[in-house]
Amino acid sequence: MRSGIIAKKVGMTRLFMEDGKQIPVTVLHLDNLQVVAQRTTEKDGYTAVQLGAGSPKVKRVSKAMRGHFAAAKVEPKRKLAEFRVDPDNLIEVGAEISAEHFLAGQKVDVSGTSIGKGFAGAMKRHNFGGLRASHGVSISHRSHGSTGQCQEPGKVFKGKKMAGHMGAARVTTQNLEVVRTDADRGLVFVKGAVPGSKGGWVTVKDAVKKKLPEGVPFPAGLKAAAAAEAAEAPAEGGEA
Amino acid sequence: MDLIAQLEAEQIAALGKDIPDFKAGDTVRVGYKVTEGTRTRVQNYEGVCISRKNGEGIAGSFTVRKISFGEGVERMFPLYSTNIESITVVRRGRVRRAKLYYLRSRRGKSARIAEVTNYKPKSAGAEA
Repeated sequence: MRSGIIAKKVGMTRLFMEDGKQIPVTVLHLDNLQVVAQRTTEKDGYTAVQLGAGSPKVKRVSKAMRGHFAAAKVEPKRKLAEFRVDPDNLIEVGAEISAEHFLAGQKVDVSGTSIGKGFAGAMKRHNFGGLRASHGVSISHRSHGSTGQCQEPGKVFKGKKMAGHMGAARVTTQNLEVVRTDADRGLVFVKGAVPGSKGGWVTVKDAVKKKLPEGVPFPAGLKAAAAAEAAEAPAEGGEA
Repeated sequence: MDLIAQLEAEQIAALGKDIPDFKAGDTVRVGYKVTEGTRTRVQNYEGVCISRKNGEGIAGSFTVRKISFGEGVERMFPLYSTNIESITVVRRGRVRRAKLYYLRSRRGKSARIAEVTNYKPKSAGAEA
């Protein structure tokens, strides 16, 4: 299992491909994404990496969190998230992850907090059909109708779909395709919509329901690794 | 400029399309790439542009209406579609609406559009 990334949703646009297709894409931005801490079996009983993204004003970071970032020798981060990884996929603290962590054509799962809809009726919240427009229906055209049986069972079953608070919940969209990555600007273009509003934070992981394609970087697509490769390439140009 | 606008501007530059200045009421000829099996050819579609939508940006599109064998046909094209080979303005029409949906209920003589006689290119003034 490989680490995921934290990204900021920039917004949506479309890409025109050479074959005449146009693809709706969501642009995700990797903003100063760094490893802040590691969780190890010896210390914590499981292995994971804690990533941090964003760059808040230092004065708005609590003293306790400043200590946490200072221990890792990284800039303070706006958003922290943990990703479970295999023990051999642990990433060094302070390592920066680049957009080349994902390959074009790869499938990913994107999680985020969906846009809040407030108190919503059963039609909007659960796709109920509502009542008829005429034939004696009065005032209750958008109501949910019956909620159960009679004296037996004499109660409304738990979990009955009714009106209530909708949205502002953690939502995962599975199997979205990565169309393009831009390592220089730290951008990942994902086909389709992802949960949440513009400027919201999302986490992107390899799709759990799809096989990983060949050639994805392990343990992660690191900026340092990419720089080292670029430095080696001219030296080894003749051999390659 | 926000990131999305920047990305869209870059893509427009990369596509390198030459979009002529046209608006609703103009008669345009669109060369559209059609793939039949393995070979592609360009099909011309000529008619009156009855609407322009979502501006000049990457999301922009336009609708072209023509009468084909006595039947009205409307087709919508994205401005920057890679399937569009060319857009040529055949005739410039004088209209007082941005959307000419009223043409749908008109036939023959009443569906005519007068021609602009004093058309001035937009960009020429800006460059000079």
